[in-house]
Amino acid sequence: MNRTIELRDRPLELHHFQIRLAISAGFVLFLFFLLFARFYYLQVSEGERYRTLAEENRISISPVVPNRGLILDRNGEVLAQNYSAYTLEIIPSKFADLEAAINKLATVIDISEIDRRRFKKLMKESKRFESLPIRTRLSDEEVARFAANRYRFPGIEMKARLFRQYPKGKSTSHVVGYINRINDEDLEQLEADKVSANYRGTSHIGKIGIEQSYEKELHGITGFEEIETDSAGRKIRVLSRTPPISGNDLTLTLDIKLQEIAEKAFGDRRGALVAIDPRNGDVLAFVSTPSFDPNLFVNGIDFKNWGLLNNSIDRPLNNRALRGLYPPGSTFKPFMALAGLELNIRTPQYTIYDPGYFKLPGRKRHYRDWKAHGKVNIYKSLVVSCDTFYYELANDLGIDNIFSFIGQFGLGKKTGIDIEGESAGLLPSREWKMRRHKEKWWPGDTISVGIGQGYNLTTPLQLAFATAIIASKGIAFRPRLVKQIQNSKTGETYESAPQLLYTLNLNPDNLELVRNALIDVTRPGGTAARAGAGAAYTFAGKTGTAQVIAMKQGEKYDESSVKERHRDHALFIAYAPAENPRIALSVLVENAGHGGSVAAPIARLVMDYFLLGRIPANATGETIHG
Amino acid sequence: MIKSVSLWHYLTRYIDNFLLVGIILLMLVGLVTLYSATDGDLSRVTSQAINMLAALIIMWLVANMPLQHMMSLALPIYVVGLILLIGVALFGEIHSGARRWLNIGVTRIQPSELMKIAVPLMMAWYFDKHEATLRLRNYIVATLLLLLPVLLIIRQPDLGTTLLIISSGFYVLFLAGLSGRIMTGLLIAGAGSLPFLWSMMHGYQKRRIMTLFDPTQDALGAGYHTIQSTIAVGSGGVIGKGWQNGTQTHLDFLPEKSTDFIFAVYSEEFGLIGNLILLLLYLVVIGRGMVITANASTQFTRLIAGSITLTFSTYIFVNMGMVIGILPVVGVPLPLISYGGTSMVTMLLGFGILMSIQMHPKLVKT
Repeated sequence: MNRTIELRDRPLELHHFQIRLAISAGFVLFLFFLLFARFYYLQVSEGERYRTLAEENRISISPVVPNRGLILDRNGEVLAQNYSAYTLEIIPSKFADLEAAINKLATVIDISEIDRRRFKKLMKESKRFESLPIRTRLSDEEVARFAANRYRFPGIEMKARLFRQYPKGKSTSHVVGYINRINDEDLEQLEADKVSANYRGTSHIGKIGIEQSYEKELHGITGFEEIETDSAGRKIRVLSRTPPISGNDLTLTLDIKLQEIAEKAFGDRRGALVAIDPRNGDVLAFVSTPSFDPNLFVNGIDFKNWGLLNNSIDRPLNNRALRGLYPPGSTFKPFMALAGLELNIRTPQYTIYDPGYFKLPGRKRHYRDWKAHGKVNIYKSLVVSCDTFYYELANDLGIDNIFSFIGQFGLGKKTGIDIEGESAGLLPSREWKMRRHKEKWWPGDTISVGIGQGYNLTTPLQLAFATAIIASKGIAFRPRLVKQIQNSKTGETYESAPQLLYTLNLNPDNLELVRNALIDVTRPGGTAARAGAGAAYTFAGKTGTAQVIAMKQGEKYDESSVKERHRDHALFIAYAPAENPRIALSVLVENAGHGGSVAAPIARLVMDYFLLGRIPANATGETIHG
Repeated sequence: MIKSVSLWHYLTRYIDNFLLVGIILLMLVGLVTLYSATDGDLSRVTSQAINMLAALIIMWLVANMPLQHMMSLALPIYVVGLILLIGVALFGEIHSGARRWLNIGVTRIQPSELMKIAVPLMMAWYFDKHEATLRLRNYIVATLLLLLPVLLIIRQPDLGTTLLIISSGFYVLFLAGLSGRIMTGLLIAGAGSLPFLWSMMHGYQKRRIMTLFDPTQDALGAGYHTIQSTIAVGSGGVIGKGWQNGTQTHLDFLPEKSTDFIFAVYSEEFGLIGNLILLLLYLVVIGRGMVITANASTQFTRLIAGSITLTFSTYIFVNMGMVIGILPVVGVPLPLISYGGTSMVTMLLGFGILMSIQMHPKLVKT
């Protein structure tokens, strides 16, 4: 190395170096001070906040879903219950490719095409859930198989869940209803009601029937657990637990045996039956048939079954008893008769001659009677169901009287039963016609209203309610399905008192006349004589036939030639025992023709069971011609 | 007895006790923290202890190497390192998206790690060679010696290593007396080239820098590391949660908890007091390095000792800074504590050089 010439001042160089080293040392100290300052800030000034953040990281509050309350019939028979089973749930947010994840899962657990479709539907409908079930009700073997492979499936969890089950299946679907997964719409409602916090963790909610209207009672109060979790959200241990409070159990007024007998009595026919205890408004039977299995809906119905139910021409999803609208036909007559007597338009002695039709004075139009009855007074008009008598009565009463008097029996109004979705029906009035049709009421409109046709529309529930008022001699109770609520925590039972709506002040003589005539309807000479034959109790009733298609004037109705779906509906209202009624009911059978032949025998079977405990041998109502 | 005492003396005659005690204390802290970070995985702890032992042996070998040897090795090591880096660029193996490894038959090596020592060594050697006639031209050549490997490494990509090599080279330049004006000029040029550098960066590197300003904007991606490690440190409080009691650590919220983020584990469990002790231990080692640098007798030894000491400090600052969310997440281990053999060896190689400088008879220039 060539170091011959010293060009630089060595001590000065060294001095410069030492200054630079000192600067570096100072710089390092400065950096360390920065670190320390930041430590101080994080660990002391903001320590509390970060401790909270770490706790929040570590602890998750997990809701504990309460057991849903049971639903029992009046005799303690279980109509809705819970059972526990394992489900496999996927947390969609943890997967980029869900399809692949499901395919991988399918190598361990059977996953059918239906499961996949249902899962996709759930994905679309419920965005709020972090986990959604891909498989429900795992068998013991599947539980074991998944447990052994669990480590391979992060983001898929096996959970013990409570499932709702309806042991009586289709017999109760239109009353008890069903629960189904909470959708976005339900969620909005829950938020609006400010109860969404109590639904954290709840996946299902009552959709129709008792399950819907008594949701508050049935749901219970959600408990919660403080759980220590790791970064993957896996549960390490439970730190504390506030137990949930189960929902309350409901005892219904329904008698499920009666319900099943009534349902069977319909056989393959479509229709509805509502039976009410006239002494308190208890709904004893509430049948709409055909029906459907509510259990199908609980875990999300698949497209195929939904399509079958929704597209069936028998419309099994339609609650006929609650929402079905039918002209009351001749079952309207007892109310008309009472109106005539109470408003002094008719006396018991007033008699007409029925030539088989009615004509307004000076008009050409003939209003046909189903038969020429000859001499008829008000009593006989009910027993033989004379139309002409009521054409004339309606004309003499006028629509305003009809509307205000018969409105008192609840026709054309919601009864206020404790399930939702009830139809109001229609009792026509001047005001209604103007509003609806922008047209004034013509006297001719009133005539057919008198026999329960025309604009008249009622639900089977309304008819039963109105019948119960006659049965109770004017006392109206709100129909109710829930009799008793049992607090699951305290065991206390809350008996819901019958709700008296009003009492009609009716002349006992008039009432007596009508009630006696209704008894004679079920006796020889009456329109329901066959159905009433040999009854061991006094049986009051009124038959009815509701036209499905309007007949042109002069056209003769020929049952055999009309297409089945266009045939008349058969109706029957009844109560028994007539002197001290314990049951009042309405029966509607769609497209079955005359009420006395088809509807009345069904009522008879129901009453025989309810009053005598007689179980019909062949529970299908047979057609009796008479 | 006397014989064995003299053997011990013989073996330790080039070992600086002050430095050794500091290093061993830090290593013990590392093992204790690692035990907790791995949830009591003794095999990991043992393997780290073996790494440490091997690194200590390398340190001993280097410490015993006369400085003349080291000087004469500077150029060959640098050239070999450069060739290996070119080899990586051409035939390197890709692991987790980065081309850093070169398969040389028996094992895979990471040439960039070698350059952490080779670059300052080369630059110090160069300045020493031209000590007598230092001109601007010499600084430019030295800067090129630095930039050549840096350009190769930044493309791998390896932001952490690039940063450390640049700083080690910069320290050499600084200590060699690069004039203040030029440094200012370089700083301005550096700032001017930032947009260019930015455009050269990989997406993930940009993301890491962006998340520094707002970790929550990518709370489950690049920001997750920083958020969780900051929570770990902050929740440690003054006295910490206690050894093996860190919830962030043991419930798996901390990423890379035995390697780059091990400081979060330590800090969560030992708190502010623990941090203070750790900083002081590091300062002891750095201080000793400064003293050795100040006492060094030649340009070469001064520059290399100063660069090693300052680079060591840089490791600490960058690693801790990243854990506590004041620096972007770059792959820089916490020296002597993070799990891993490579960085341990590099680190102790440096300390071996420091010891050699301190303990060998001083080279005195004519």
